[in-house]
Amino acid sequence: MIQDAWIFGLIGGLMIGSAAALYLLVNGRIMGASGILGGLIDGSARKDMFERVAFIAGLVIVPGVLALLMGGAQTNITSNPVVIIAAGLLVGIGTRLANGCTSGHGVCGISRLSLRGIAATLLYLLAGGLMMVLFRHILGVI
Amino acid sequence: MLRMVFAALSGGLFGAGLLVSGMVDTTKVQGWLDVFGAWDPTLAFVLGGAIIPMAIAWRVAARRRTALLGDTILPMNTAPLDKNIALGSVLFGIGWALAGLCPGPAMASLFFGGWGGLLFFFAMAAGMYVAPQVSQKLNHPTATA
Repeated sequence: MIQDAWIFGLIGGLMIGSAAALYLLVNGRIMGASGILGGLIDGSARKDMFERVAFIAGLVIVPGVLALLMGGAQTNITSNPVVIIAAGLLVGIGTRLANGCTSGHGVCGISRLSLRGIAATLLYLLAGGLMMVLFRHILGVI
Repeated sequence: MLRMVFAALSGGLFGAGLLVSGMVDTTKVQGWLDVFGAWDPTLAFVLGGAIIPMAIAWRVAARRRTALLGDTILPMNTAPLDKNIALGSVLFGIGWALAGLCPGPAMASLFFGGWGGLLFFFAMAAGMYVAPQVSQKLNHPTATA
């Protein structure tokens, strides 16, 4: 039984992959969200600074405007500030240490059959799955 | 200038895809990771869908040395796995499960994610800011400064 959410997932996924393809074939860059932002934050970005800022501007503004036209969108994020801060710090440190996240290692790495991308993706999926068991089913905090 | 135009187009399409696919909804991401609960397979469709055009793009890229705007397409990083990529991915996975947000959706949802989304974004940015120091400590534990 195919659900609407899966079809929207597939359509959205095709859009995400097309965006990554555009960034690779036109700009010659790998579309990794953590790398593009992280390079701006830790100062490792140099002459491609404005390109990164433009990418992020599109990434923030387009879904923001679309959500407005659609009458709003929900992230349903937890209201526990301690959980949010811990999660944000872990995602920030982790993606920069690993040199990639879901977009860089996941989308761009797997599609290239990169060993590093595949290994990173398996590790963060495994860690995430185990943490859901711990935090949701054992501790009940999320 | 053209680089910036296409970067913005790519970022915009990425963000629109994240919105359409439902990946800005933290409950969908947590539902995907919750294999022993009410498992939500949507993320598999998103990742599968995203890999298709990108796999084609890599094939096209393999036949040309440079991108359309002249930049060299970098060869694949074939360095062996190290503790940075292993530990980093595990830490990322833990944070991803806790809040249901990764860097792309965290930025794509900034306009409608409320104070929680903003707090996550700034915590993530702080994590990215200290990451080089964490990496330094990890790889040269005896070095000072």
